[in-house]
Amino acid sequence: MTAPATTRAARRRATRDPAEVAAGLPRWAFLPAAVGGLFVVLPLIALGTRVDLTGYWGLVTSESARAALVLSLRTAAVSTLLCLGLGVPMAIVLARGRFRGRNLLRAFVLVPLVLPPVVGGVALLATFGRRGLLGESMEVAGLQVAFSTTAVVIAQTFVALPFLVISLEGSLRSAGTRYDVVAASLGAGPTTVLRRVTLPLVRPGLLSGTVLAFARALGEFGATITFAGSLQGVTRTLPLEIYLQRETDPDAAVALSLLLVAIAVVVIAGTHHRATP
Amino acid sequence: MTFTLNASVPSRGFDVTVDVAEGRTLALLGPNGAGKSTALGLAAGTLRPHDGEITLDGRALAGARAGRRTVWVAPHRRRVALLAQDPMLFPHLSVRDNVAFGPRSQGRSRREATAAADGWLAATDLTALAGRRPAALSGGQAQRVAIVRALAAAPRLLLLDEPMAALDVDVTPTLRQTLQHLLARQTTVIATHDVLDALLLADEIAVIDGGRVVERGPTAEVLSRPRSAFGASIAGFNLLSGTWTGHGVATASGAVVHGYATQADMPAGTAMTAVFRPAAVALHLTDPHGSPRNTFRATVRSVEPHGALVRVRTDQLAADVTPQAVAELALVPGRAVVATVKAAEVDVYPR
Repeated sequence: MTAPATTRAARRRATRDPAEVAAGLPRWAFLPAAVGGLFVVLPLIALGTRVDLTGYWGLVTSESARAALVLSLRTAAVSTLLCLGLGVPMAIVLARGRFRGRNLLRAFVLVPLVLPPVVGGVALLATFGRRGLLGESMEVAGLQVAFSTTAVVIAQTFVALPFLVISLEGSLRSAGTRYDVVAASLGAGPTTVLRRVTLPLVRPGLLSGTVLAFARALGEFGATITFAGSLQGVTRTLPLEIYLQRETDPDAAVALSLLLVAIAVVVIAGTHHRATP
Repeated sequence: MTFTLNASVPSRGFDVTVDVAEGRTLALLGPNGAGKSTALGLAAGTLRPHDGEITLDGRALAGARAGRRTVWVAPHRRRVALLAQDPMLFPHLSVRDNVAFGPRSQGRSRREATAAADGWLAATDLTALAGRRPAALSGGQAQRVAIVRALAAAPRLLLLDEPMAALDVDVTPTLRQTLQHLLARQTTVIATHDVLDALLLADEIAVIDGGRVVERGPTAEVLSRPRSAFGASIAGFNLLSGTWTGHGVATASGAVVHGYATQADMPAGTAMTAVFRPAAVALHLTDPHGSPRNTFRATVRSVEPHGALVRVRTDQLAADVTPQAVAELALVPGRAVVATVKAAEVDVYPR
């Protein structure tokens, strides 16, 4: 009934069965929906029309562009792994834990979602900066985080983490714990249940949360430039490079933007395909 | 006693004491919300008792005094398997891997667990389904796999929570038969509101109502002579046990009861029980010589109101008749009557 396989089959039926009538869909909804769709797609098309195809390859393979791209992919990948390592346990605790103040905790965890990224960067400086809350003692230990590649990863993880947590927590809640109870009654310990039952059952939510987190990390700008600065090859990720180029070489900015769009599309298409076979 | 539960949960108005001997099956019979699920939850470890103790094989699984926990064994260490109303097969695992889940989780190697699963599937004629995903099974198949999965975990106690409730009526006889066979030596507690489950699967019945055990005893006794109000409202069946002759059930008193056998081709001599409602019984003073194939010569023992009807108990069976009939036939204790019941009203089950 609630089995993902069954709902998947139901979804297939709903889209492929010619006898099925669409329900709960007022006809007027098509107009604003179409406007909304255009609103999203049109800027991307406009971006494409501005690209100078003859010089494109040269622009995206320039020294600074390559450095920015490699840095972006590397940091976003590490940030996504960090988000998984921290976010999966967070989602489980928030979805399954029974303790006071859980709702308050959830609200705080989700703050980076609504916080302007620049403010996030300032907050991170106040924490890990040279005179920050943790920064001072870290400096004593010989660790300096601000304005390093580590800072980029921290900034990206900070803004991307809530996306993974909120997506996975929702899946965990709707999955319920009935399968977990059965698994435990068959003799499986909590960690085995998590690995063999819980996470496989919320795989779609886990995948989409991971994609969202990766995309958010890849596009991070405000917190990064505030907390990590803009040093070529060290902290200047692709979005920072695009912003910088926009002032000096608009063609290069457009070319790099298109590259970022392409990466995003490939990642989303790839995982979406796997999440809903 | 292998399993004992003596626990109260005041927040649910629950205060129950039951026990089950090794290899026996106890049915918790009661209406929805009576506390059956609470009892199972306490045994499985999804609920904590406020007061009391739960033991299995002399080992305390959970204990508490006035809300303070004294003993707590985690659900996965209890060796108590739970079979819910829905099969709850893991949708991402094949039937074989579902059955292998218990052995594998308990530390057996992948190969051993798979071999154990294949053994169970072969023993229950489910080998053909081994490679399928649960989504490709019918409801009855899925529930059979779920039973096998629970048993493959080698539980010391098996809990069944309304195992037939989610199934189509036409698959329940097969499943009951499977359960009857598989539970023969398994210590089991089955929660049900279906008298037939209790009749066919349980050695003993505890009737639960309002969070209390209101009646307790051997299955046949509780179902044929219920003493509690709830027991009387759902049970009060006529149960006549005997051996199968090929045409009917020969009872100890010499009568042969004809009825509808739920299973074809039972060998003669099989222990069977004929079941029918008191309302299906008609009483006469003389032999009616009519169509009913089952007639019993009986002596009235008691006459008491039962809803709008009157329940007349005889030395052989009980009958629900109208007050007018009681008056016309002058039914008083000691009166000799002829009781008849149509064969079509009688179900015959193997015991």
